[in-house]
Amino acid sequence: MTPLQIIFLLVAAISLGGAVMVVTRQNLVHAALWLILVLFGVAVTFVLLNAGFLAMAQVVIYIGAIAILMIFTIMLTRKVAKDTDEQLNSNWWGAGIISLLLFGGVILMLFQWQNFQFNLPNLNPSVDPLLQLGEGLVSPNAFLLPFEIASVLLVAALIGAIMVARERK
Amino acid sequence: MLNDWLFIGILLVIAPIVPLAATVIPDFIGPRKPSRLKSQTYECGVETEGETWIQFKVQYYIFTLIFLIFDVELVFLYPWAVAFNQLTLFGVLEGILFILILVAGLVYAWRKGALEWF
Repeated sequence: MTPLQIIFLLVAAISLGGAVMVVTRQNLVHAALWLILVLFGVAVTFVLLNAGFLAMAQVVIYIGAIAILMIFTIMLTRKVAKDTDEQLNSNWWGAGIISLLLFGGVILMLFQWQNFQFNLPNLNPSVDPLLQLGEGLVSPNAFLLPFEIASVLLVAALIGAIMVARERK
Repeated sequence: MLNDWLFIGILLVIAPIVPLAATVIPDFIGPRKPSRLKSQTYECGVETEGETWIQFKVQYYIFTLIFLIFDVELVFLYPWAVAFNQLTLFGVLEGILFILILVAGLVYAWRKGALEWF
């Protein structure tokens, strides 16, 4: 095994373990914190795939924004942020079998797919994709208009959020 | 490319050792004379009141929402900032326009009193 494969297996194991913790915790805040670990594992997977920008977006958007939003939602809406019910019901084994069959089916399909043994494409190392993206975002021939519209959209979302969430006086 | 990330990976492994060492080593070498006052929950110097898992004030939600907007802005500005040295003046001004539009949103939030902590 190459070091890359060892790191991948380690990260995958940590992410899966974290995912199991997310669904089995009774305390919702703890579940949200475990979810952050899972999302971080996905970010490391992006790094292993040489997608640095996606990894950064994963950390900023999913951990920085979505997870924080979830934690806030839990802390704001529940008087006691804890589920008192059992996390397993009597049908857990049926769901387990169906999940295993589905997983096995997907893996089987993937093995038959000809592109499964697919290596990372050899990109030109002298071209930094992040630099190209940065230039493309503000170039009139590329994404200038969507870039500015994104800004307007964010302001619209901000104003909408304030209108909805602000306490009426 | 991956080697750059290796340093972050090494940091991820080494960095937790510092706070762990600072909390675990005193456990072994420090003398212990517990008293009722000492073993109380520490909460920034004020006395702890009520339950731990309480409902927080809904006003805090608006801070999350505003933070969310500027978090997404960061994702757009990050490639722009990386390419900053190679951009034309036009490109730099476009990025500044992007920021100015969002500053208008921030001013709106400010004027509406959404940034007030109460």
